[in-house]
Amino acid sequence: MDSEAKAAPDGPAVSCRGVGKIWAAGTARAHEALKGIDLDVEPGEFVVLLGPSGCGKSTLLYLMAGLEKQTAGVVDYFGDPVTAPSPDRSLIFQETSLFPWLSVWENVSFGLQIRGDSEPERRDAAKQVLRRVGLAEVGTKRPDELSGGMRQRVAVARALAMRPRLLLMDEPFAALDVQTRQKMQDFLLDVWRESAASVVFVTHHIDEAIALADRVCVFTARPGRIKEIVPVDLPRPRDPFAPESEALRRQLTALLKDEVDRAFAEQEGLLEVG
Amino acid sequence: MSVSTHADQSAGRDGAAADGNTPPSARPTPVFLERLRKILPQIGWTLLSVGTFALIWEILWVAGVADPKLLPPPHVFLGDFADQAKFFNTAQRWQIGVSESSGPSPWQAVMITVLSSAMRVFVGISIASILALSVGTAIRYWVAVERLTLPTITLLSPVSPIAWLPVAIFLFGIGNAPAIFMVVIALFFHMTIATINHIDGVNRNLINVARTMGATKYQIYRRVIIPAILPGVFVILRLNLFGAWMVVLIAESTGVGYGLGQVIMLARNTFNPSLVFFCIALIGLLGFTTDWLMRMTQKRVLYWVNDPSGVLRGL
Ligand SMILES: Nc1ncnc2c1ncn2[C@@H]1O[C@H](COP(=O)(O)OP(=O)(O)O)[C@@H](O)[C@H]1O
Ligand SMILES: [Mg+2]
Repeated sequence: MDSEAKAAPDGPAVSCRGVGKIWAAGTARAHEALKGIDLDVEPGEFVVLLGPSGCGKSTLLYLMAGLEKQTAGVVDYFGDPVTAPSPDRSLIFQETSLFPWLSVWENVSFGLQIRGDSEPERRDAAKQVLRRVGLAEVGTKRPDELSGGMRQRVAVARALAMRPRLLLMDEPFAALDVQTRQKMQDFLLDVWRESAASVVFVTHHIDEAIALADRVCVFTARPGRIKEIVPVDLPRPRDPFAPESEALRRQLTALLKDEVDRAFAEQEGLLEVG
Repeated sequence: MSVSTHADQSAGRDGAAADGNTPPSARPTPVFLERLRKILPQIGWTLLSVGTFALIWEILWVAGVADPKLLPPPHVFLGDFADQAKFFNTAQRWQIGVSESSGPSPWQAVMITVLSSAMRVFVGISIASILALSVGTAIRYWVAVERLTLPTITLLSPVSPIAWLPVAIFLFGIGNAPAIFMVVIALFFHMTIATINHIDGVNRNLINVARTMGATKYQIYRRVIIPAILPGVFVILRLNLFGAWMVVLIAESTGVGYGLGQVIMLARNTFNPSLVFFCIALIGLLGFTTDWLMRMTQKRVLYWVNDPSGVLRGL
């Protein structure tokens, strides 16, 4: 893709400074999901957010996408503050978020229709993107006729059709079986290399983080803070059984264990109080 | 059931595997025959079910348990069609100068009566659906509309449609209009509130996808929310179909002109059990047909919704 070549200013794609989010701020149900997040995502970089569930990873993605507003700090996208969602930043969800009433190609070209492209243009674009994700044959099927892995590939295709410079992925492969998940990781790396977009990828799976990331951000339990950023300087495709991978796995497991323990302790504390 | 035509669906389970094993296509069967093969057993079972019920009734009659004056068996009340049909006669024979033998044939008379009732239900349902979808959507779209209308709608929704009958007559006198008005009233409030509830229940992810694609509020409603709520609202419509038929019969029995409700009232007032059961059979048949039509509509319009009936059959 060439869209980022023409307009890639220097500096990070996403820049978070002191970002915090308090849900339902000012009400009795207010609770802090994120606190003091400082994070830069470079253009073309693959960043994985790793942390116990409930630590605010999805919340951070929503802030980057512009779907929610942070309550502290700034989120910049190529130097401009994020104020609203944009087709340039695509979000892919864990659960199927395909429109069940549209065929696969109509799903893929949904954003183009919103933009006002004509039908022939949309058909062409959808065909091209579907070919890229290896689903050229299923354009006329409906989402419920596809397997889980194919559906997520369609979701990726729908995001790619907008030629985003940032792909935000919220545990996109969590619902898939192990074999499919590995295939999807390889597939995602291919797509990422080809598109040169930046990726922010949420997971709570250590192996997934090791397979994909340029850098892994490990989160603390609630309120989510960045505990440590672990660079992964291994060539891809990565051997999960290489000694370097083992070392990383040990390091990340140790980092996570503390937080999972803390999250559990907090929940038990809550139970005792309540 | 036949599997042959759906073989290609399962062949595409995995993109790579799909190429090699396209199934040797079965001998193409004409669509019509295929369909007939599917519905024939269904029709057979329906006939058997109804037939068994009628047979028990007839046996009770033969045994002398069922008094034919009060519980005339099917062969009595269905037997003399012309005799029943004369009560459906819509010709105004009693008027001066109208000949005794003029007017529609028995079949025509029954059809005119049944179709005019069905027409009232159909028109009422259509108006109520469009109105409820528009009002419910407008309530969520504009806060001002919600503030202005929702309290009134919430207050009026538990009122039984029967209470509206006098209003229908004050407003519309007699004829089609009051009966249609009653159907609209019977459906409108439930469907409006169902529309609002379903809008609130739309999967947030679908809306967020549209938002990240840059959709405006209008586009989100038109392209995501409306299609997403249609199946649920349609179910509410099907559930309220019974209510629609009921209020039409009631409205007709109060004299809005010819209609099934009027014939039932006549049967009641003249103590004519045969006619009562004849009407019940007709209404059953109508309800069955209407529900079938609704399911066909659902298949056409809401093609992406899988029919969940029978999913528990394998247990
Ligand atoms: N829309 C929301 N409204 C209120 N609280 C929310 C909302 N979304 C998430 N939260 C809360 O924010 C915290 C972090 O959630 P989330 O970002 O989904 O965590 P993660 O994705 O890491 O599992 C949780 O305590 C969750 O209950
Ligand atoms: Mg999450």
